[in-house]
Amino acid sequence: MNNLSLPDADTLIQQLAVRMLPDMTDNTVLVGMHTGGVWAAEKLHPLLNPDMPHGSLDISFYRDDFEKIGLHTQVKPTRLPFEVEGRDILLVDDVLFTGRSVRAAMNALFDYGRPQRIRLAVLIDRAGDRQLPIAADYAGLVLQVPGTQHIHLIRQEDGQLMLKLVDL
Amino acid sequence: MGANPQLNAQGELQHLLTIEGLPRSLLIHILDTAEGFVAVNQQEVRKVPLLRGKAIFNLFFEPSTRTRTTFEIAAKRLSADVINLNISASSQSKGETLLDTVDNLAAMQADMFVVRHAQSGAAHMIARHVAPHIHVVNAGDGRHAHPTQGLLDMFTIRKYKGEFHNLRVAIVGDVLHSRVARSQIHALTTLGVPEVRVIAPKTLLPGDMGQMGVQVYHDLAAGLHEVDVVIILRLQNERMRGARLPSSQEYFKYYGLTAEKLAYAKADAIVMHPGPMNRGVEIDSAVADGEQSVILPQVTFGIAVRMAVMSILAGNQG
Repeated sequence: MNNLSLPDADTLIQQLAVRMLPDMTDNTVLVGMHTGGVWAAEKLHPLLNPDMPHGSLDISFYRDDFEKIGLHTQVKPTRLPFEVEGRDILLVDDVLFTGRSVRAAMNALFDYGRPQRIRLAVLIDRAGDRQLPIAADYAGLVLQVPGTQHIHLIRQEDGQLMLKLVDL
Repeated sequence: MGANPQLNAQGELQHLLTIEGLPRSLLIHILDTAEGFVAVNQQEVRKVPLLRGKAIFNLFFEPSTRTRTTFEIAAKRLSADVINLNISASSQSKGETLLDTVDNLAAMQADMFVVRHAQSGAAHMIARHVAPHIHVVNAGDGRHAHPTQGLLDMFTIRKYKGEFHNLRVAIVGDVLHSRVARSQIHALTTLGVPEVRVIAPKTLLPGDMGQMGVQVYHDLAAGLHEVDVVIILRLQNERMRGARLPSSQEYFKYYGLTAEKLAYAKADAIVMHPGPMNRGVEIDSAVADGEQSVILPQVTFGIAVRMAVMSILAGNQG
């Protein structure tokens, strides 16, 4: 079924952190997108700056496919324990695919205030699948994935993260 | 429509008419979704685009301030267009039937009706009548049900007590005339509260309390003993005229919640009231405004719970 081999998620996160570290400022905050992005952000946080404010964002109420699929997934509360206004936001997601989730996340963030800047970090950038003019500032790995497959980030019982390819 | 007129063929919530018969998982899904909307209500821009372009009609055939207002705020925070109709003052007095009114509003491309009516079953009748893409929320029908009030009460209890399975909950007052009490009892038992008590004089209790799985008390002190949650019901003034009670002073003496009576409950018990309160009749001001009172948080949570209900309904196809 899958002839793509996926790298170890924790290694990707460590490599990402090394590249992101020089760009951190005193004004930077980390925001993970539910659910995979929150897990990735939790791992990135101590590697970047353990004192940096961080939060989590649920985009269920901003999705553009609500008309089609409704509100079935478990909504997790957004938690942004800092002022968004004027901040340098580092948005984290597990996989950048069509770009629609990131669009929704940006709309959600702007309802909390006007950030000074938003940058995007993802573990996997699915090249060629974008449906909106959105790009990652940091990508752990750029990958071509057949349209019949999905990449999931899974958190195992011991807290280890794992990337998995799933047939649709 | 299947056995439960509230559910579509996929078992999803199509209308919210009563809590009775809804599965536990569905109630939990509503409460969990409402948690997400509590966060929205703390945003700088307290609005999400979910129901943009949808038309929600508040059909209130019976006066209400708090419920209508919180439904209106909830719909607006979901970006819907809200149209408030105070029907007792318009078409009903011109002789138009309920379903004629509904048909006319549906012709104006309504997506959802929020209905309050003095007649039990009014919201059910509208739900059976409307086209499959239209959703109906019961905002109180006669003595029958007030499901969003029941849900916001469950949300409040979970917020303060964390879980349901270890609680003792007492509902005090006019259970007989209370659609709120019925919805609360169905919700509490569905969510697994092991001990639900009702405390009231015999004249204010319906005959079917035993079947509803509750314990009946006539003495306030005994009923409040060691409870975690005290829910006070509004004593409707018009009941006094029906000779069910001697006087409001007499009622306060035996069933009014005072600090002295509240001391029989657990020290960390919370006090709830669906509003509007009759201070000095069913509840003493010192308790209503006291540290154990969560009456105003109930109102705030009501917005998030109604946002959850409306957005879940709107996302399900008929």
